[in-house]
Amino acid sequence: MARYLLLRLADAIPTVLLVLTLVFIAMRILPGDPAIAALGDMATPEQLEIFRERMGLNAPLWLQYINFVWGMLTLDFGTSLMNNQSVLRLIAYNLPYTIELTIVAMIMGVGVGIPLGVLAATHRNKAADNAVRGFSLLGYAVPDFYLGALLLITFSLNMGLFPINGGGEGFLDRMHHVFLPALTLALVKAAFIGRLTRTSLLEVFGKDYIRTARAKGAREPRVIYRHGLRNALLPLTTGIGLSTLATLSGSVAIELVFNRPGIGKLLISAISERDYAVIQGGVVIFSLFVVLINLLMDLVYIVVDPRIRVQ
Amino acid sequence: MAVTTEHSQLPSPSLAPEPKALSRLAYSLFSRTSTIFAFAVVVIFVAVAVFAPLIAPYDPLAQSILRINKLPSTANWLGTDQFGRDVLSRMIYGSRNSLIFGLISPVLAAICGTVLGVVAGYFGGIVDRVISRVIDLLLAFPELLLAIMIAAVLGGGFWNVIAVITVAFVPGFARVARASTLAVKQEPYIEAAVAIGVSTPVIIFRHVIPNIAAPIVVLMTLWVASAIRLEASLSFLGIGTQPPNPSWGNIIRDGLNNLFGSPWPIIGAGFAITCVVLSFNLLGDVVRDVLDPEISE
Amino acid sequence: MTVPLLKVDNLAVEFGPKSHPIRVVDGVSFEIPPGGAVGIVGESGSGKSITSLSILRLISEPPGRIVQGRIEFNGVNLLDLPRSKMPDIRGRDIAMIFQEPMSSLNPVMKIGDQIGEAIMLHEDMSGEVRRRRVIEMLGLVGIPDPAGRLDSYPHQFSGGMRQRVMIAMALACNPKLLIADEPTTALDVTIQAQVLDLIHKLRRTLNTAVLLISHDLGVIADVCERVVVMYAGRVVEEADVRSIFRAPQHPYTRGLLQSIPRLDDDRDRLYQIPGSVPLAGSVKKGCPFYERCSLRIDKCAEEMPPMFSFGTDQRAACWVTARQADAQAKEATLS
Repeated sequence: MARYLLLRLADAIPTVLLVLTLVFIAMRILPGDPAIAALGDMATPEQLEIFRERMGLNAPLWLQYINFVWGMLTLDFGTSLMNNQSVLRLIAYNLPYTIELTIVAMIMGVGVGIPLGVLAATHRNKAADNAVRGFSLLGYAVPDFYLGALLLITFSLNMGLFPINGGGEGFLDRMHHVFLPALTLALVKAAFIGRLTRTSLLEVFGKDYIRTARAKGAREPRVIYRHGLRNALLPLTTGIGLSTLATLSGSVAIELVFNRPGIGKLLISAISERDYAVIQGGVVIFSLFVVLINLLMDLVYIVVDPRIRVQ
Repeated sequence: MAVTTEHSQLPSPSLAPEPKALSRLAYSLFSRTSTIFAFAVVVIFVAVAVFAPLIAPYDPLAQSILRINKLPSTANWLGTDQFGRDVLSRMIYGSRNSLIFGLISPVLAAICGTVLGVVAGYFGGIVDRVISRVIDLLLAFPELLLAIMIAAVLGGGFWNVIAVITVAFVPGFARVARASTLAVKQEPYIEAAVAIGVSTPVIIFRHVIPNIAAPIVVLMTLWVASAIRLEASLSFLGIGTQPPNPSWGNIIRDGLNNLFGSPWPIIGAGFAITCVVLSFNLLGDVVRDVLDPEISE
Repeated sequence: MTVPLLKVDNLAVEFGPKSHPIRVVDGVSFEIPPGGAVGIVGESGSGKSITSLSILRLISEPPGRIVQGRIEFNGVNLLDLPRSKMPDIRGRDIAMIFQEPMSSLNPVMKIGDQIGEAIMLHEDMSGEVRRRRVIEMLGLVGIPDPAGRLDSYPHQFSGGMRQRVMIAMALACNPKLLIADEPTTALDVTIQAQVLDLIHKLRRTLNTAVLLISHDLGVIADVCERVVVMYAGRVVEEADVRSIFRAPQHPYTRGLLQSIPRLDDDRDRLYQIPGSVPLAGSVKKGCPFYERCSLRIDKCAEEMPPMFSFGTDQRAACWVTARQADAQAKEATLS
């Protein structure tokens, strides 16, 4: 088990390097001249030269690469072109809001999705199952930013129950601010998790050990939760990991809808302002998150699947 | 795909003959009300997109200070936005965007992804290792996040959006193409073809590609819906279709900046996206069930 | 005669939609005395597994359902009990083990917990006492170092060991009847013999009655006193093991016996009954074995033979052998 853990951790290192390399290629090589890409066609040669000097773009490519990787690994993301703040500080301010949104949304999504899936699987082909299937079809189709806008219009604008922007101060206020955005993401994710729970549970219900559990006299709730759901957790872990990633990417649009601070909003406004260093920092942070969540997913797998754990 | 199989000289366990697959497709399509509904929505959607100039009551770009934020009326069925533009006309023209991106990106992604996957799967070795590693890494990213990150670098605009959505989908196709190629490569008829000296390109185009076509086509139809949604999301974020050109995504974006004006642009455009994506999802499921029963749930 | 522990009477099970039911078990009757051992033998598709699952009402509904008959356990018809009472019977009075030891254990639960659960469900005892009981059971079924294996997971055991764990779990509450559905089919031959020995031994020490389901008459002969032969959902012959081997009365039983390989056999090929088992529910009238039978007469195609008695303790459903036996008996009285 410790060996597996170490192996997975060691495997993450080249992944991070590969991610940084891809970001470097994307930002320095693909757009042709990154200075023009950053400042636009209207920039004067002097402006371009100042920009190149400042971003270290005059150095040979290999040196730029090493500087870039080293900078990212030491969390030196440079300074914003717009307001001269350090990108690290901008990220440090915005990151907690995004993490908060993602975590609350996932708790709500899993909390709604799994019971829905259990309900559907235990009432197969009955009304409850069809309702859950309809819900999940809708959840697959409705764009989260549209759902968010509808909730915002209904509950914040018309009914005045929730704030229409900002991230809030203090725990209660923050929860008040995060509720609707998180609910938006959670509803979409609950559709996915509910569907996945249903499929996994139905597969598990067909297994021999479920019959064994009944044969030894376990009653249905015990069969469903202790034996069924516990085994369905294996595919669900992967699904919840993917959901977390999707929630993270969904948070970008949701932060825009609810006008709340966060990495997504930071990145999107940086794009419209062509704030090169912030874009770079935001992209790297999102990438690292993806690697981290994948790693966490593997760790959770160790916990839920003894076949990996004991070897 | 059936056309190519007809030309193959070696026996290959090909797909069901085209007419049979088509009739099965038609049968599963019209045997349920939900898929009939989906089919109707898609037909209407395509018709509206194609005939947009004939259908739209107004010029989608025409602004008028006199007619700002009108509520729905007989003159403007969905009202007007903060620039006095007719929302319905903008939505009708916006459907063109969705259709174009929805069709082009999956096709382009299928071509690029298949090339990468077949090359990796057929040749193996170091090429395979490099391609697989990058694909695996990119697959770890949700398509939307990948698209946002690429768009962050490339910026908006028509061709950039095409490129962004395409790149976001390539890893998925490449993985499926690689896995299918690896499976097909084991088949005796490929060995036989190699043994009698058939050249590599001929083997790939006559024997490998026709036999991995089914999962690729299935994936393509499933991703039409994703592409439409992705374009809407990017346009909503301001890194897709650029204003003043209408797209369902940026209609909602404009609507959000005009929350106190009129909610109708948001409601209308969002409803359109939901219906079209839902319908393409339902149709994609039907195609999957018919063409590739193995990967259906 | 003693009161039977289990009495299955005229049981019928159907599958599929109610409008087009397929009858997979039809009119099955047999008895098991307390502490006795009865085997059901038949090919796959003969309905023997469905019969055994029906006793604990474990067939999934839908698509299956019990449509007629009685299953009396200690004089109580289990089919009359409300569904919610069944968990009290399962595991405590009647326990069951299955064909696939590899997949019949929960892969994410420790062995000790799985056996402990069986006890916990039916008996009120402290965790410590239960733990000792689990260890005792594991020792009883021949798991080396039982205390050390409590925290192991099923994937750390071999197939034979897992079947031993299944047996320990089944017998943990001292049930009066153990139903073993093809318990050795998935195992190697040597392991098979060990597991059968174990069932045999435990039966003696714990005085548990056994219902053994198998396609292999040899396996049944090892453990059981009586044999029920099933074919296409029906009982075609029932007798004690010795009579079955000495004087089988149904042509199907004879075919089964001929197809057992023997050491003193110098045939090149094993005997095979021609044809194959008819699809469940496809035989509408007459004897289900008609198509494959070498003794068949016209009557067999028309009328399903009832169970005829042969001697005191043997019954078989065959027009032809019944007539022959009848004729022999008459000859015997005449001479």
